Parts: sequence; structure tokens; C-alpha cells
Amino acid sequence: MENGLQEIILIKTGEIALKGLNKGSFEMVLVKNIKRRLKALGSFEITKAQSTLYIKSRENGCDMEEAVARIANIFGIAAFSRAVVCEKDFADICRKGVPYLRGALKAAQTFKVVAKRSDKSFAMNSPQICTEFGAVLLEAYPHLRVDVNHPDVTVVVEIRDFGAYIHAGRIQGAGGMPIGTSGKAMLLLSGGIDSPVAGYMMAKRGLELSAVHFVSPPYTSPRALLKVEELCEAMSRYCGRIRFYCVPFTEIQEAIRDHCPSDLFTIIMRRMMYRLAQRAASREEALALCTGESVAQVASQTLSAIVCTDAVCEMPVFRPVIGMDKTEIVDLARKIGTFEISIQPYEDCCTVFTPKHPKTRPTLVEVEQAESAFDFGPLLEKAVAETTVKTISFGQAEPAVSSRM
Amino acid sequence: MLFLPLFIPLFHQDTGHLFGGFVLEAYFDMSATTPVCPQAVQAVNDCLTSCYGNPSSLHIKGMEAQEAVTAARKTLAKALACDAKEILFASSATECNNLALRGLVQAYPRKGKRIVASAVEHPSVARVLEELEKDGYDVIRIPPRKDARFYPEDFSRAVTADTVLVSCMLVNNETGVILPVGDIARASREVKADLFVHCDAVQGLFKTPFTVRTLGADLVTVSGHKVYAPKGVGALYVRKGVRLHPQTIGGGQENGIRSGTEPVPLIAAFGAAVQHGMDNREEDLAAVREVSDYLRNGLAQLPGVALHFPQEITVPHIISVSVQGVRSEIMLHHLESQGVYVSSGSACSKGAQSTVLRTWGLADATADQTLRISMGYTNTLQQAQALLDGVRSGIERIRR
Repeated sequence: MENGLQEIILIKTGEIALKGLNKGSFEMVLVKNIKRRLKALGSFEITKAQSTLYIKSRENGCDMEEAVARIANIFGIAAFSRAVVCEKDFADICRKGVPYLRGALKAAQTFKVVAKRSDKSFAMNSPQICTEFGAVLLEAYPHLRVDVNHPDVTVVVEIRDFGAYIHAGRIQGAGGMPIGTSGKAMLLLSGGIDSPVAGYMMAKRGLELSAVHFVSPPYTSPRALLKVEELCEAMSRYCGRIRFYCVPFTEIQEAIRDHCPSDLFTIIMRRMMYRLAQRAASREEALALCTGESVAQVASQTLSAIVCTDAVCEMPVFRPVIGMDKTEIVDLARKIGTFEISIQPYEDCCTVFTPKHPKTRPTLVEVEQAESAFDFGPLLEKAVAETTVKTISFGQAEPAVSSRM
Repeated sequence: MLFLPLFIPLFHQDTGHLFGGFVLEAYFDMSATTPVCPQAVQAVNDCLTSCYGNPSSLHIKGMEAQEAVTAARKTLAKALACDAKEILFASSATECNNLALRGLVQAYPRKGKRIVASAVEHPSVARVLEELEKDGYDVIRIPPRKDARFYPEDFSRAVTADTVLVSCMLVNNETGVILPVGDIARASREVKADLFVHCDAVQGLFKTPFTVRTLGADLVTVSGHKVYAPKGVGALYVRKGVRLHPQTIGGGQENGIRSGTEPVPLIAAFGAAVQHGMDNREEDLAAVREVSDYLRNGLAQLPGVALHFPQEITVPHIISVSVQGVRSEIMLHHLESQGVYVSSGSACSKGAQSTVLRTWGLADATADQTLRISMGYTNTLQQAQALLDGVRSGIERIRR
């Protein structure tokens, strides 16, 4: 900080703290995720004590605002606070605490002080710290009143083993579990509003995501692919790096159009997509698929249709938005910053050749029979062979290479 | 000569051994932008490496840069048949159109409140006119008649004693239709002698013969990147004695009308490209005509393909055509996969629906199926054949 105050970010891990013997490995993954996300902002030191992670910058001029903004997006963090570091000495607490809290207290009308004294050797007890420091703050900011029930700002003084920390209250974190602690899933990413939200929700539970997208040139535009890559980049702010598979799908769609009944076009297309997605998943060692399906939203997402698509799946399919209304999904999409990207008007392969009247209650028997009219095997193999893959992370992407699934 | 490999594929006869697989590259989107000709590349290179001074500097480096700008100004003046002092450089034709329209009405607030324009202007004119409407100007937009042509009397009938400006493009960017700007200016001035005439001639330069006098215009806009110069430079002819209220103020460059340090490399390249265009005008036009005729003949024979405008009212460089039952964007991407590049509607607005085509009476469905094929002197008959083959295979593949 410009006024010479050393700042620190205190992180509460929430759910991880409840874990048993695996707690240590969960914390290690979280620390790694935090380090990776903060790397570009400078050198940070992360230490662990008393079920709290301490993040301190090793050099001056680190962008703490941006560091805080990034930490707010990291899964596995229940809450965090941004504090000033003081010596365990009441005079030093007053000297540094009063100016540090100016920003928060100037805008407030009421406050209270909460003290946490885990180092019991500190000379004052918690009620004493509250009263004394409260008095100092009232003197420095005479516009304030004390309100212990509903304060605008809660000032916290923490006396811990290695120092005293003062902050203006906790900030809620992204919650969930650290990315990578729950294994890996393959997200079917269309470019619409729902699938990024589905990915976000599963990533929140600690799943590492890969994504698969289907392109159908010339029916879909290269800009539609760019849009999906942009979506991946936006998601990577929360989900970390995403391995992105791009599957050429034109010939399969043309074959379905030419050989299968048009009212079953969409359902057969989705079965082909699931087959290809599973191939990408096993190449990526992902154990599940994840989709943005919401029951009854469109004809291909009726219960009968889902039964037909699930029949080709040998791995579990996660559908976290299955019970959500469109408006709820849109709200979440706006919150995670994918909505504005999703609504760019480029046609994706799901809308190519769509029948005017798709069957909403297909039976597995009739779908399988319709599919058997043509040998899709060679075309599926060709699509697998021509699939490209690249890694997308926030702010950077590498050129795609052949995936050799 | 680091740049050589970059432009050889575009200027070599058997163009584009790209992607390692001898795919022919056939770029038929010259009205969106042209490749940069070697002369212009050379001019950029010279300015970047040796003539890097600021034209306003008093020392010799400044003088050199100033001379490069002046030389280009003289070349532009020669191409438009005006005085070099009447040429002003800016960042784009869009900026020139904005400056011409806003600058003029702001400089002559008491000349009248009515503006007459064609109904098919480029957005860089049309959008400015919409803004001027909000400022209280009365804008009359003249559409083509049923025969697709524009008639001077339609414009002059709309002119009143309160008319300050007539603005009319020379060649429409989406259709290639030539507008009779000279006759429109003359007819309009018969109603009100002292009105001003602006002409957006961006798609006309080297495509249909004109000078500022034949246009009867006080303000004429041209662009660099439609005539084989780089993007980032446009020029505005401002007839001697016509005042413009500056829209960008600062260091007082371009006679105080358009401040900002001159982009010397781009201006010099513009000059070099225009010189090249003047030197080769006849040959280039003949080359384009040959390819254009070949395409028109070939397209007319394809099933369900309709050429929208008769040859005699368009420049040969632009062909507007629709393929029944095939959305233009899908055809565009199909052609792209064959190494053939065309445009759907006008490229400026990234595929936004064109209102201009509807003004010509095209149905919505037809407008949706419209391709703009635009060419220049570097296009070959071999490329034209690739385009025809591509459209044919696209029809077979897509129209189901």
C-alpha cells in the first residue's frame, strides 16, 4: 500500500475444513489454484495456520484490488477478508488500524468492533480490545455511532500467533470445492446460454472441466467457434484452464438429414454428439459428461428424448440446470459473465437442419431403428480423427492441434 | 525484402498456393477491401525506415515527411482533377463523410435546414444524416425507381430554397449500381444555385470515370483500402472556398480542419496506389470486364441463380446475385471452404441485414440469399471458374 501499510488476505476455506484425512490434499490443490490465478499479479506468499490461509505479497506495488477480485472467483473459498498487518501491540494496532479503516468507515454511519484473540498471551482480553479500539475509532471518526446489533461496518481485530490483523469484515467467497479435487468432466458446450452455466455449477463442486464443441461448416460460421472459445475463456475465470475439443460435425449431420426421418433428426444428432463427447472424455480421462439440458425447455429435452440420448452413454451425465427455469439460468449466466457472449447471433450446429415438427416423445426402439438405416461408424471415426484440441485459460489461448483421440 | 512472400500469392497469376495443398485462393471481396499493391507496400516501407519524421517539424526530417505527404496530395489531386490544396487526408472514408456532412452544415447554419440524399447511402453517410435529423434537419431520401435507376428529377423535385446539401454516392457498395451524380447536381442547382453537393465516391474510384467537375460536387470522399492502399487512410476533396467546421481540433494539421499528425506511411502508400491506378486504368478495367463478363455468363446458367441488376447500370467490379433456397451466409462459408471469398450483404456491418437491397425492391427472402461478388484487376478467369464451380457445388450440397 502507498501509505506503507502491509496488507494481507485471510482466507476461510469453509467446506474443506469439515473434511477428514483428505483435508491436507484439498488444501494443497486450493493453494495451487490460488497461486496460479495470482501469478501474473506479482509474487505472493501463501501460508497456512489455524485453518486459515494467509496471502501476503512479497513485493510492493502488487495490485491487491485485482488479487481480491480474482480470489472472489476461486472455488473452495467460503469467505475472505482483506486486512492490515500489525504488531501484537495495542499502540501499533491503533496507529495502523485507524488510517487503514478510513475508506470503509467514512462511508458508514454505524459500526461495531469484534475481537478474536486466539493468542491468549496478548495483554488485553477480547472485550477490552473491543471497548478500547472502539473508543479510538470514535475519536478519529466522530460521525460514527456504535450499533452492536445492525452495524454498517463490523471492524474485526484478530490477534493470532504471528501478528494482529484488522479488517472491515468478511467478504463472501465463491464457495464450493477447489477445482480438481473431484475429478474431471467433459462439458458439451454449444454456445448457448445454458451450457456455460452448467459447467460453472459442476466446476463449483470441484470438477475440472474439459469442453467439447461441434462445428458444421459451411452451415456454421467460424465466428460461432470464436464465440464458444470466448465463452471458454470467460468460464476459465472460475473453472481454471479448459481443454477445448472441437469436432467437425457437418458430414454426420448431412448423413442424418439424408438417411433418417426428419422428425427424429435432433434426437439422433444428439446421440451422435454424446458418442463423440464420450470419445473426447476418455481421451481426456474425464469420468462424466456435463450438459446444459433443462427438462422440457425444447423438444430434444423432454424426458423421452433424454432417455433416448442417455441410452448411448456409458458414463454418468451431469445436468445441473435440469430443474431450473430459463430465467434462473439467465440470471446465473449474467452473474458469471457468459450471457452477453452467448447471445451473439451466430448460428450453432444445433439449429442446422432442425425439423419444423420434431418428435417430443420418441421411443428408443424407433430411434435405434431409424439410426440403423445408415452405418454412422466410419463418419464418427472420421470426426474423431479430425477433432482438434487446445487449452484455453483466462487471457490466453494456444493454437489448436489435432487431438488424436 | 521481408514483405515479398506476403503479397506474391495475391499478385501472382496462379495465385495462392496456400495451406500447402495447392488450394486456389480466389478473393472476390474487393469492395470490402483490396490487397495492398507492391507499390504501396514499398511506399510504406520507405516511410517507416527512412522518412520517419513529423511533417510539422522544421528540420530536414520533417521536410522529407512533408514532401512525401505533398507528393501523395498531388497524386490524389491529379486523379480527381483538382488542386492539391483541395485534398485533405483523414483516417478513413467514414471519417471523411462525417467531416463533410457535419462540418458543412455546422459551417453554414443559415443556408437551410433540408438535406436531400439517395436512400442507398453507405452507413457512414446514412447514420450521420439520421443524427442530423435529430438536430432538426429535414432529410429527404430518394429511392431508385422500379427500373432500379435513379433519376435526377426525383432529386431536384425534393430540393427547396431551404436545401443546404445534396449528398449522393457515385457507386453503391452493395449492388454496384452507378448513380448519375453529375446530372443530379446540375438538376438540383437549377432549383437552388448555391446549395452544396457531397459525393461518396469510395466505390467509384478507377471503376467508373469521373472528376470533381463531372460530379459537380463541392465535397468528394475516396478511400485508400478500396484501391490497393492499406486501411487507415481516406481523402476528402473540399472545393476551394467551401468551409468546413473542424470535428477534430488540436495541432492544426490539414489547414486546421482535421488535426492530428499525418500518418505519412499510409498517405504515401495511398498516393502510390492511386498513381498505379491511374497508370493502369485502361488495362485494369479491361481485365475486370473480362472476368466480370465471364462470371455473369456463368452465373446466369446456374439453376435458380438470379443476377439482380443489368450490366449497363452497374460497374463491372460488383455483381449482386441471389441463389434461390440457399442462405447467403451458408453459401459464403461453403465457398470459403473452396478458397473462394465473397460477401453477403455489405462487409462493413458483419453480416447485419441490409436495408439497401430492400430499397431496390428485393424481397426479404431474396435479400437473405444475396451474395456480393466484387473483383479487381488481380482476379483471373481461373479464379472466376473456381467461384462458379463453388456456387454450383454449394447449390447441390445445400439446397435440399
